[in-house]
Amino acid sequence: MRYESQKIAAWYWYGALLVFALQVTFGLIGGIVYVLPNFLSELLPFHSIRMLHTNALIVWLLLGFFGAAYYLIPEESEREIYSEKLAYIQLAIFMLGGVSAVVGYLFGVTASHGRSYLEQPLWIKFGIIVAALIFLFNISMTVLQGRKTAITNILLLGLWGIAIFFLFSLYNPANLVLDKMYWWYVVHLWVEGVWELVMASILAFLMMKMTGVDREVVEKWVYVIAATALFTGVLGTGHHYYWIGTPSYWQWIGSIFSSLEVVPFFAMVVFCFTMVWKGRRDHPNKAALLWSLGCSVLAFFGAGVWGFLHTLHGVNYYTHGTQVTAAHGHLAFFGAYVCLNLAIMSYAFPHLKNRAPYNQVLNMASFWLLSSGVTFMTVTLTFAGVVQTHLERVNGMSYMDAQSQLGFFYLMRLGAGIVTVVGALLFIYAVLVPRTKEAISPASAATAPAE
Amino acid sequence: MIHESFSRQAPDSASASAVASDSGWGPLGTLPGNPIMWILIVSELAVFGAALVGYAGARLRDPTGFVAAQDSLDRIAGAVNTAVLLTSGLFAALAVEARRADRRAAGRWLLLTAALLGCVFLGVKGSEYARELAAGHDIDSHPFFMFYYLITGFHALHVVLGLIILAIVAWFDSLENYETGAAFWHMVDLVWIVVFPCLYLMR
Repeated sequence: MRYESQKIAAWYWYGALLVFALQVTFGLIGGIVYVLPNFLSELLPFHSIRMLHTNALIVWLLLGFFGAAYYLIPEESEREIYSEKLAYIQLAIFMLGGVSAVVGYLFGVTASHGRSYLEQPLWIKFGIIVAALIFLFNISMTVLQGRKTAITNILLLGLWGIAIFFLFSLYNPANLVLDKMYWWYVVHLWVEGVWELVMASILAFLMMKMTGVDREVVEKWVYVIAATALFTGVLGTGHHYYWIGTPSYWQWIGSIFSSLEVVPFFAMVVFCFTMVWKGRRDHPNKAALLWSLGCSVLAFFGAGVWGFLHTLHGVNYYTHGTQVTAAHGHLAFFGAYVCLNLAIMSYAFPHLKNRAPYNQVLNMASFWLLSSGVTFMTVTLTFAGVVQTHLERVNGMSYMDAQSQLGFFYLMRLGAGIVTVVGALLFIYAVLVPRTKEAISPASAATAPAE
Repeated sequence: MIHESFSRQAPDSASASAVASDSGWGPLGTLPGNPIMWILIVSELAVFGAALVGYAGARLRDPTGFVAAQDSLDRIAGAVNTAVLLTSGLFAALAVEARRADRRAAGRWLLLTAALLGCVFLGVKGSEYARELAAGHDIDSHPFFMFYYLITGFHALHVVLGLIILAIVAWFDSLENYETGAAFWHMVDLVWIVVFPCLYLMR
């Protein structure tokens, strides 16, 4: 840690990891409900579990991004964060809003509209916006007063985009078609647009630090990834407009552009592996490197391949809203954004806590547990989705009759979910709980000093 | 097609590293203009290519309907526009040559001519749209017209963007900007000379 204010990141990540644990717990409970439908049905109905699972995901990923920004911007800009105090105020507002939302959901306090992910009551949305404004002010001032790099430029573009597109959550026309159109401005333009810019810049930072490849080379990749992400992702929004009541030409706009959304994800795989291959440095933090490479690969499969699987309107006509969507959602979020956050945390926590990389083997074990858990879940849900599509959409079986045929898949998904939760808890233990020495010392680590 | 864009974006081959050592762009560094423009050009070609593949697929399902709808297009106007746009491309190329010879004023006049011809293209295209809409052919009236409006509309948007780029180049007239702008403008030409026969002529 070279700058004192980088320690802000640790507090954001404590919050993020807490909400991460909650998120996978609610996921596990949801997985149990699929197998035992009456589980907790009086106390905590499934729609609340689902809402908590998805909202907690978004909240902790955002906390992770904020933390990542506070960690990497001082190093990139070569100066302290503009105001540490503002950063902590922002965290307090954001956590208060997040906790209030969770408690509110448990008692059924939500916005009156039924927009998934955006169920927060209006006053919490305003709180989020205030926190976002404080954040943007704070990091923009830091960047403006410091050294400007491609990594901070693209990161700022992404973070400003997150805030700007969130504003569409306030606009909710009575017309249901327009309601959904603008809803996707938030949901799609986040994960398939500006979040990819955040992803590219954080990966670029990690690659530069861990492989020692020249900034000049890394920056060019960042520009290429950002350009292709925006080119394909913005009009790729059309793949959500197939059946919501918009004109039929959206089927072609959506199919064509969203098919190409795999390009930036593929570029990120090539980027990460090329950098490691070209890199002269043998960085001791093997766990962070594993998470970074895993991030690019799993994002490519989850977002790129599983996304393409059902993005063409001719295919989506049959698969829409089946377990195929759930399969894609799980691996895409995990690969692209969960792995990204866990990668930067794995890299930064040893610096923040001023120790040599520690608990590496446990951390790497958690990578394999989490990754295999989520991947197995994805494959299971994909098969469930294919069977469901055939029974419901081809044979015309009713929804619940089709569901009763999928029990075995849901049982396997629950097993995968248990592995995922164990992996998540192991990760939290590995990065947070200090140890005096490695549980198992990694074979060939520590040949070069950490930066 | 997707595959092609991958291979072009990946300066990771062993042969590329020699080039990469000076520019860092790999094989893209050897192309005239800004390398990001070439990423954009490849992406655009992928999008127009995919749209034409979709058009071909839709046409297979209703060949007679497509021929009937196609007959209502004004082929003469399309041919005139092809000539206009290619001539505009010639002026853009001449502008780059002038800038290379350090004739900056001549370069700007040639760019202006190229841009004016771009405006003529848009005027002709606009009059075609007006006539087709007046005849009751809108984007929802037939799958042919959906593709026609999507593809030519998207192309026309690129002509507009190209005009903006040419204006920026005339203002900030470095040789790299000339090459970057001309590369985009030629992409707009190239797309049109594929789109025109596919939509207007092929029976």
